[in-house]
Amino acid sequence: MSLKLLFKDIDQPDLRTLPVYRDRGGYDIAPRALAMPRDALVEELKASGLRGRGGAGFSMGTKASFMPKGDMDKYLVCNADESEPGTFKDRELMFKNPHALIEGMVIAAYAAGANRAFIYIRGEYVEVADVLDAALEEAKDAGLLGDLILHVHRGAGAYICGEETGLLDSLEGKRGNPRLKPPFPANQGLYQGPTLINNVETLMTIPYILRMGAQEYAKIGVANSSGTKVISISGNVQRPGNYEIELGISSREIIYGLAGGPPEGRSVKLWFPGGSSSPVLTGDDLDISYDFDSLAKAKTMLGSGAIIVVDDSNSVVDVCLKLAKFYRHESCGKCTPCREGTNWTVKMLERIQQGEATPMDLDIMASVQSHIIGNCLCVLGDAMAMPVGSMIEKFRDEFEEYMESVRLGAEPAEIQGAYA
Amino acid sequence: MTDVKRYAHGSRVPGWDEAADLDKDPAQVPDLATTPVPEHLRAEIERHMAKYPDTRSAAIPALAAVQREYGWCTPEGVEQAAAVMRLTPAYLMAVATFYDMLETTPTGRNTVYVCTNISCSLLGADELLERVEGEVGDDPEFNVRGFECLGACDIGPMASVNGTYVGPIALDEVADLVSQVRAGEEPLPAKQLRRRPSADREANTRDWSEGAPS
Repeated sequence: MSLKLLFKDIDQPDLRTLPVYRDRGGYDIAPRALAMPRDALVEELKASGLRGRGGAGFSMGTKASFMPKGDMDKYLVCNADESEPGTFKDRELMFKNPHALIEGMVIAAYAAGANRAFIYIRGEYVEVADVLDAALEEAKDAGLLGDLILHVHRGAGAYICGEETGLLDSLEGKRGNPRLKPPFPANQGLYQGPTLINNVETLMTIPYILRMGAQEYAKIGVANSSGTKVISISGNVQRPGNYEIELGISSREIIYGLAGGPPEGRSVKLWFPGGSSSPVLTGDDLDISYDFDSLAKAKTMLGSGAIIVVDDSNSVVDVCLKLAKFYRHESCGKCTPCREGTNWTVKMLERIQQGEATPMDLDIMASVQSHIIGNCLCVLGDAMAMPVGSMIEKFRDEFEEYMESVRLGAEPAEIQGAYA
Repeated sequence: MTDVKRYAHGSRVPGWDEAADLDKDPAQVPDLATTPVPEHLRAEIERHMAKYPDTRSAAIPALAAVQREYGWCTPEGVEQAAAVMRLTPAYLMAVATFYDMLETTPTGRNTVYVCTNISCSLLGADELLERVEGEVGDDPEFNVRGFECLGACDIGPMASVNGTYVGPIALDEVADLVSQVRAGEEPLPAKQLRRRPSADREANTRDWSEGAPS
């Protein structure tokens, strides 16, 4: 029986209403947190070792401590844009337990010294945004927000708005183009004011940390990756869904134990450990411990905690093309390496599919990826380049085999069958 | 919107921009006194504007309101929003074209977004999209699109039907789904995401389905 914090009794009926949430002890910790000196609260968050759950994995307490002191308008923004393919944890958390997010935001806003807060939720989550609106109304009427002005802002469908500076531009009513950093949002963010941006799960964890004490929370999980994490598993598995795990359990335990593994008779060909932007791992890497540092050591990342499993009935070329097309569609076009690089990667992959490519194209494609990484304002281009580069590296034989057989006249569908 | 001539490889044929008159005055903010705006639309946009320190932040909610009112972001609707927000219509158009959910060309009111991203496509989303498109045909009331990850990979292959998440959708359920939408009914009630319990078997300390107040 593993420890459940955020997911404990998540299906309790009407948990999304204030009375049920309060029955469970909700909103008891916020007044106590607000009575603490601000610095002590930030120290407490630092001591918990909580790392951002959105993708970058940066220490939440440290990020909050970057907020400047002073009387200017400061902002807290909750990033609920969750658009990384494979990720759907925030959706379930917000839909079923919206008040935990609001309570976490009240505390985080106090820690950051913010007087205004926004939840930027992706436009596709209509049902979830309705739930949040209702919960917010309840909390406001009950006077639980204190001085905080909190609004739900609905996006309108753009992956790039999950990038923090793209999100800020979008929230300011512009096209969601990322900004040059520095200045970082902690100094100049929303409306040029100091802004703290955190993921839904990060903010939602705060009340649980304070309730159990930072020292206790830090003991969960493994060194440098403390706490529990809600992970989303999807693709070719028998029981896809969100699971709350303690960081540091083995990946095999997650994919086979929790999610039931690939369908009968299939095996894991490759898997994305942290959303579609993470470099892929193969079926040989299943014993890696699922935590920030172990995955970094395996040259990939925990990211948003979204595992996508691809079984051996799929061709790696198709997966790669699907991925590249997504990033081509979502590139905002501001930086040339990403705008052109995503486009040309798609064109080269299409050439492979049409039998017009040679093995040399793989080297060109790999070099395109290396020219994107680190050369743009944001990491959208990198997010394509890393998995595509890793697929070429790890499945080069299959790419070459695929090319050769299409060149000799086989239909792509036949090749796919050959792997089945 | 006029079609820009393109080569087969996608580049625009030179001269596509020649008609632009670079000498004319910059666009004007439409005058609210001479732009008729439906009272409820104006009220909704102003309510959004009041939420933000900078009213421009209401651009997306305002355009979404226009789309709800007229079915898509019509030039008239955008002009009305621009008049209320004291912005140029061109500015709002620039915002509208950035976001996938804001339509800048005429389209049906019933939106069916079929997720065709990785997780869903591993489970047959491309066939699903094809089937839905076939079933809908050229019905002008529908707006069927293959969409990027909708954040519901646990119910893949799935679709967002007028904002309601439904899945996993079997190919033989598509006909039912489409006729339900045509009749204005709930799409595949048994398959709606909101009714789905958590996949994590250890999450709940007891079974909430029995004797629970609903």
